[in-house]
Order: sequence, then C-alpha cells, then structure tokens
Amino acid sequence: MPDYSDKVMDHFTKPRNIGEIENADGVGEVGNPVCGDMMKFTIKVKDNRIEDVKFLTFGCGAAIAVSSMVSEMARGKTLEEALKITNKQVAEELDGLPGNKMHCSNLGADALHKAVEDYMAKHKTGEE
Amino acid sequence: MKTVNLDYGAAAPLEPSVLEVMLPYYTEHYGNPSSGHGMGVKPRQALAEARAKVGRLINADPAAIIFTASASEANNLAVKGLAKAAGKKGNHIIASSIEHFSVLNPLKTLQKEGFAVTLLPVDHYGVVDPAQLADAITDKTILVSIMAANPEIGTIQPLEQLSLIARERGVLFHTDATAAAGWIPLDVDKMGIDLLTLAGDQFYGPKGAAALFVHRGTRMQPQLEGGIQERGMRAGTENVPAIVGLGEAAHLAHESIEDRPQKIAVLRDKLKKSLFEAVPHLHLNGHPLNRLPHNLNLSVEFVEGEALLLRLNMAGVLVSSGSSCTSQALKSSHVLTAIGVSPELAQGSLLLTLGKTSSAEDIPYVTEQLAQVAGLLRTMSPLYHQFLKERKTNA
Repeated sequence: MPDYSDKVMDHFTKPRNIGEIENADGVGEVGNPVCGDMMKFTIKVKDNRIEDVKFLTFGCGAAIAVSSMVSEMARGKTLEEALKITNKQVAEELDGLPGNKMHCSNLGADALHKAVEDYMAKHKTGEE
Repeated sequence: MKTVNLDYGAAAPLEPSVLEVMLPYYTEHYGNPSSGHGMGVKPRQALAEARAKVGRLINADPAAIIFTASASEANNLAVKGLAKAAGKKGNHIIASSIEHFSVLNPLKTLQKEGFAVTLLPVDHYGVVDPAQLADAITDKTILVSIMAANPEIGTIQPLEQLSLIARERGVLFHTDATAAAGWIPLDVDKMGIDLLTLAGDQFYGPKGAAALFVHRGTRMQPQLEGGIQERGMRAGTENVPAIVGLGEAAHLAHESIEDRPQKIAVLRDKLKKSLFEAVPHLHLNGHPLNRLPHNLNLSVEFVEGEALLLRLNMAGVLVSSGSSCTSQALKSSHVLTAIGVSPELAQGSLLLTLGKTSSAEDIPYVTEQLAQVAGLLRTMSPLYHQFLKERKTNA
C-alpha cells in the first residue's frame, strides 16, 4: 500500500464534486486506461469565474484525491487564476504525494486547464 | 473491525505445528551441520529429514534437493546455473512469457551475455501450446523453463505434455512450481521434470526456505560460491530451523494433497459464484477449470485496482491487484497483458488467494463490500458514465 498522507486519504475516501455537469461550459479530458488514469472535468462559468466544477476519474487513490482537490481549488476562481493552478500546488495542498504518484497531480491540473481552455476557445468570438 | 485475508499468495501464517518443530533448532540444536563435533549431529540429521520430506512431496530423490533461501534464488540458480554450465552444448533457452520475474530477469541478463531466449506466447487462459514449444526447440536449446501454475491467474500448465517434448529433443525441463507445490500433485519422475523450484511459505512453511530439485548428474554452475554446502551448489551455512519448517510443511502438504486443495476449491467456487451474482461487469482472468484451487483473479470493469484495493482494505478485506498503479514500476501485470486482457481491464484486476482462515461465513461480507466499493468507484468513473450513455443510445 502506498504511503498516502491523511489529506490524500480524506479526499480519496470522501471525494468532493463527483459527477458531470450537463451542458457544461467547458470540458477537459486527459489520460487513458493504458497509462492507468483518466480524468474528465466539466465546468460552469459565470462572469469569468468557475461557478461549478465536477469531475469523473478512473484511477488510483492518488488520482481520485488529486481530482477532488483540484475541483475544490478551482471553484470560485477566475479563469486566469484557474489556469495558474500548478501540479506542484495540488501536491502541496494534499500534503505531498508518493514519488511515483506525482504524475497524477500533473493530470489533475492538466484536466482542469483543458476544461478552461475549452471554454475560452468556444467564447473567443462570443458575446464580448 | 473484521479482517478477511484474501491475499494468502503474498503471505501466509505458519502452521503452528511447523513452528513447534522449528523452535528447538534456534535454541537447543543450534549447531552447525558442518561441525565435526556432537553439536553438528542433530542439525545434520534434521537437514536430511527435511530433504526426504521435500523429496516425497514431489516424488524426488532427496539427494537431488538443494535448499535455497527463496524461490527467486532457486529460479536464478536453475536458469543461470544451467546456462553457465552449458558450454558448447548450446546457448538457447525457452520460457513462457508469463514466468515470474525471477526467471524472466535472469534470462534478460543472459541475453546480454550472448544467450538466445525465446519467450513462448500463451493463449487467453494462459496456457502454453505444446506445438509452439516443439517448433521453438532448436539444436542449440539447452533449457525449457515453464512454470507449473501461474501465481497470478492460477492457470495450470500441461506439464507432462510440455516436458515430454523437451525430453524427446534431449533438452532439460525446469518448472517453477512455487505457486503449485503443495496445492496440486507433482511427481518429477512421472512428469519428466529435470528441475523444479518450490517454496515452503506458499504452503504454511516459514519464509526464507525454498528448494530446487535438480536431477542428479545435471551439470550446473553454483551462483553462490563459498563452502561446499548443498553439494557445492549453494554455499552458506544452512538456515536449519527454516529448512526444518519447510520439511514439516512439505510433509503436511503431502499428507493432505487430496483433501486440502479440494476443500479450498469448493470455497473459492462459492466465493466466485457469489461475487459474480452480486457485482455486474466482472470478468474472470485465467483458466475457468484448470487453475490453482485457492486462486481467483477478477477484473472489475470501469474501475482501477489500487482504488479498489484501498477501499476494500478500509473494510478489512485484503486483496492484491495487477494494476499498474499498485506496482512500484507503474506497469500493469505482464501476465494479464500476455493473456490479452485489455489495458482497462488489467487496471481493474483483483487477485484473491484463499487460505486456511478462509471461511464460507465471510463470503457474504466480502461480496457486500466488493459490490459496494465497485458501485461507488463506478459512480465517479468516466468509463462507466460513457458505458451508461452508450447503452442508453443503443436502447
């Protein structure tokens, strides 16, 4: 069993924001079963802020905890702030991850960024 | 909290009567078997007795048993020891692609040293095709190494058929019987086996004692050099208490070779039935019938094995997984890959091995826990959501 911090175990056993937002404003998907993890983030955006965020994750304990943590960190942030969330910050917020699980934190931040970029791409020539 | 150990393959408790016979060799009869004085006598006799008991388990000449500290060491000795002594006889070795790493990694090393290695594929159940073995043998082949049964998927190989092919071509046949010994009848004579690896900790003996049977007269180079213990094939003062324990465990396994496996197979089949009835989208890995009696390997579709393992552990149900996330190397099981299990299903694999504390009374609890954990992880699985959407569209 990997040595997970209490915080990782907390987010793994009680993950926040599970699910998929219907008619989401932005969708970000990363990973595949071959590499072991898959994450899908959906976001709802209002006034340039992430009003709601949900995730679905196929992966290990660390992957699930990372997804949950990223969703908490992203909620309420402006799109620019969300894009600045780094994998390092995610790992720090979780009180660290075992060395061979650090790539899970990359995936979490990547999935969120993709969802934000998806929204931005759709709204480039939009109402503004 | 209730604990249900379904990971006996990883570690099993000592049989209390085994521990009892071992203890005097730590305290009273602690002498060195090589000593010329009186203290050496009892340990020397104990080694001889253990050798006889291990020999009986596999119907082998006791003098052909070499004690080692682990099955990995025995496999290393078998593969490298034979290769290094082969000389001009040849430089080609054949093994199956689902061998343990203690066979596969020595083969990789030998390859770097100029040996040629053929890894035979297996079918969807993990069985080696005898015809493919026959085709792979050349006049340079010095050794065929195919495990008796796979510890992960439980599949038992047609050893007699395979060894006969090797024998007819004058090639030595080694079988890694680590997972099989004590659980299925093995007879090196009848089965035409020249070398066999076994370990006591797989049948309630102590850790730290294993054995390699090597047909007498087989040329082999020791891999641990020093004194002349174990016919000069394995230097180092013998771990007498552990070897005594291995002997006793072999004796008990031999006595119950019909009864013990049969009982546990009945229990395993009950567990399997219960799990398949309660949990949708389960897949069995390995052979449906020809498998070790205490082994069950399942893939829980749409979810990942480490997450399952951790959740089950929280409920006191101890299992193992072939998922890449549970391995330090982050690679999914080479065995599941070899039998053609998709990456997604390999990630969701669970290995359950039953043992002496396993009881029918625990089956409902284990079933309930797996159903719950699988259900919970599926609610957050993108693969499961995708499946539900597709089913809706197709309906």
